[in-house]
Order: sequence, then structure tokens, then C-alpha cells
Amino acid sequence: MRDFAYARAGTAESAVGTLGDAGTSVIAGGTELLNWFRLGIAAADRVVDIGGLDELRGIDRDGDDLRIGALATLNEIGEHPLVTEMAGALASACLQAASAQVRNRATIGGNVLQRTRCPYFRAEEPLPWPCNKRDPGSGCTSLAGRHERQAIFGWTPDCVAVQPSDPAVALAALDARAEVLGPAGPRTIPMREFHLTQREAAVLGEPMRENRLGPDELITGYRLPASTDGQAYIKVRERASYEYALVSAAAAVRLAGARAAGAREQGAAGAREQGAAGAREQRIAAARVALGSVAQRPWRLAGAEAELPGTPLTREALTPVIERAMADAVPLPQNGFKVTMARNAAVRALLAAGGAS
Amino acid sequence: MTLDFARRVEVALRLNGRDLTTVVSPRTTLLDWLRDDIGLTGAKKGCNEGACGTCTVLVDGHRMNGCLTLVVQCAGRAVTTVEGLAGADGELHPVQRAFASCDAFQCGYCTPGQLLSAVACIAEGHATDDASVREWMSGNICRCSAYPQITAAVLAAAHGQGQR
Repeated sequence: MRDFAYARAGTAESAVGTLGDAGTSVIAGGTELLNWFRLGIAAADRVVDIGGLDELRGIDRDGDDLRIGALATLNEIGEHPLVTEMAGALASACLQAASAQVRNRATIGGNVLQRTRCPYFRAEEPLPWPCNKRDPGSGCTSLAGRHERQAIFGWTPDCVAVQPSDPAVALAALDARAEVLGPAGPRTIPMREFHLTQREAAVLGEPMRENRLGPDELITGYRLPASTDGQAYIKVRERASYEYALVSAAAAVRLAGARAAGAREQGAAGAREQGAAGAREQRIAAARVALGSVAQRPWRLAGAEAELPGTPLTREALTPVIERAMADAVPLPQNGFKVTMARNAAVRALLAAGGAS
Repeated sequence: MTLDFARRVEVALRLNGRDLTTVVSPRTTLLDWLRDDIGLTGAKKGCNEGACGTCTVLVDGHRMNGCLTLVVQCAGRAVTTVEGLAGADGELHPVQRAFASCDAFQCGYCTPGQLLSAVACIAEGHATDDASVREWMSGNICRCSAYPQITAAVLAAAHGQGQR
């Protein structure tokens, strides 16, 4: 690892004050940054440590919102009673990410800034093949090479990578807002707009940009609106644990006639009350659903969300709705399976969020 | 507001119950420092990228990958390595005894990391049944595939077997 100079920030403002210099990186948990340094993905000459900033810690209810500080670790979030009560999909996504050891270091501020797992991108320098993220203008080796884990939405011939974060998918589905501090003061960014597909970045004139966070801005926390919707996060992967998603889906569902109660109670009570009528009578009143690892951003299925109210909470009824919402998918030659897999993950997430499975 | 960036940093921490002060280059990982500067080679450098778990140590009781942790991030913290598990008289930790009695290793390379991960897994309350142990121990890879025995050892230690 290359040498760098180090300072501990005493305040979030003092950390932000160092970021105008392009050679300065922020470290919080460090689970991504240290590997970037090893591979040559980042090459900071100065590292500012925000790990001691108590103002960025904490998981609290603030009015109707759930507020999570940027330094909360994935394990802290995943097992916090407020998160399991108010944002179950986020808790589940955090605990299905990485391993117990990594989750004790990885923070929710840094997690959404993790970069793609594309193996062509994650190679050690000097890079043995073209990669536009590592060497702009050199080309995309994955497009002509292996790309079975890559994007089915929003990619361009310049880059076909996906964003691998699990928590980001839940944050986007739950309408979280990132709280950001920059030189001009604080602002918020809706998490469903935080990341950029390659196509969106190209429209901005910055084809390799991956998110809307400014280079001199710091994520200080997240705010999630209160919700009593049932929630679920489904992660499909090649191992049962400690593996990145092939695809994932986060969902929040309110059932027709449901009281303002927790989803699991709705599901259980619903199952008891239904009896002979059967759970097939349950209908969705409102639903939110986002896919993960299908694009360089969490992929909210807005078309499905508009169509889902009134839809029965059954696999048979949900599948065509999701299928229509994914009709604009453009799979690559090797990843057509992701379209079916993501559709099924979304259906499973909706069923689980509604208490039907 | 300006910050002072330094290329040598003094760090005070507690290692296996002993307070010490060290001066490091900021890029020094906890794993490299333990092995190369302190001479504690229990934590292993398997993948050096957070994928294998052989470098697992406890920081303030929480298990972490030593390869993904900088020494400068451990200022004021208590680090425990496998060398600090046994008692001062050399008596093995209950988790070490459970691993021995359950044959929870073959080549032994991953064992220091498995032991510390197991100590934390039990303290966290996750050593409740097979499925939970397997999920919460998934950050420690065993290439000899002693997983059934490791799972049994973690559960045995959690249930007080291996205690004297």
C-alpha cells in the first residue's frame, strides 16, 4: 500500500474543509478504501479520519423520521430495534451484506460509496486490460469478455458495471434521504436518485461519474420517513452467506384494510382471520419495490408501483405486473438470466413484505 | 479550519491486556503491525483483502479483519489476539478447549481467526443453533472444510461445555 499522510478530524466541517484537495480521501471504516489503495483504484496522498466524530454516530427517532448517523456500522443498524421496527428491509439488507467482521467496521456512510465488483475493474495496477473506470477512454473489457454479473438496465458500451451495495437498495426503496455536508453547508439527496446509471452520467457529460455526491461533500447521515408498511429484502447469491448479490429486491407493502400496525402482525393476523377464505383474498393497497445489482443504481420499479394497488398478494398476480415493469431491460449476451431472476426476487420480496411467505 | 497531516503517528492502545504506545506509518494495518512489529503471528495474512477471516482479532470486544483496520484507527482501543485468549497461567480459553475436544480444525491455519470469531459470536448471542452459527461464522473460511466440527465447537462452548 502506498504511503499517505493522516489526520483525525475534530469536526465534520474540518473534514469537509480538506476535501477541496483532490488528493485527500476520507476514511471511516476503511473496508473499501484500504483495498482501493492496494489495487491502485485510489491513490490519496492525504487521508482524513472521521471515525472519531460522535456527531456522525447514532440511530434515533427524530419526530416521524428514523435518523441513522453515517458512522453507524452495518451490524449496529441490522440489529437495532428501531431499525427492525421502522425499516425492516434496511436491517435485513445490512445483515445480509459481507461478513460479521466486515460489518463491524463497514459504515452506512461509506457503504453506498462502494464501487463495483467487476473483476476487470478490481484488478491490481498496472491494469492488464482496458477499463474506462480505471483509465478513461481505454475501453470496457467486460462488454466483449465476461459479463454475466453485469447490468441489465442503464448501461452504455463504455461500462456495464453494477453497484453492489445491499443497504443502498433498501434505502432507495424506503425513500431515504442522504444528509450531506459540503463547503456551502448541508443539503439532502434522495437515495432513489443518489446513484447514477452510466446512461444518466453520460447525459450529465461525466460518463464515469457514479453518484451525485460532490467530490468535496461528506455523507453525515440518513433520514427515513416513518412507515408501518411490511418490508423485506431478498438477496439471491451463489452462496448462502458472505457473497455479493446476483440480484436482490427490497419491498415495502401496505395491504388493503390493514391497520397501522407492523407488517408481521398484519401477515400473521391476516392468515388467522382469512381461514377458509384463504390468504388469496389479500390485496395490496400500496407498494414500493427496488431491484439491486441490475444497474449502477438501485432500480425502483415505478411502473409496477403504479399498478400494484388493488393487486392480489399472490405470485400469479404479481409476476405479470413486475414483468411489465421490467420490459425495458436490455440484458447482455451472458446475463439474460438476471431478468427472470430479478423478476422472481421482486415477487418474493413483495410476498414476504405483505406477510404471504 | 486546517488539520495537521502527519506521516508518522503515535498510537496508544491496549494489546492483550497490556498498555503500549507505538509510532507507525499511517498505512500500517493492524495485521502487519501485529505480525511484523510486535511479533504476534497468530493472526494470519490469508487474502489481505477482507475475504478469508484468518486475520480476525477483537477490537474493544468486536471482531474485525486486521487487514482492513489501520493501527491509527485503534488509538485508545483494546485489541485481543489469539495469543491473549489463554489465561496468564497458560490455561486454555473455553472456546479453545471446545475446538480441541470437537476436532474443529485440520491444518490449523484458519484456527486463530476462527477462535476469535467464535468468542465474539458467542458473546453477541448468535451461537444459538447450527444455522445461526453457520451464518454468523461465515466470515471465516476453512479450506480443510472443518465446518461441521467448528459449528459443533462453537455451540459446545456457548453451552458451557469445555468449561472446567
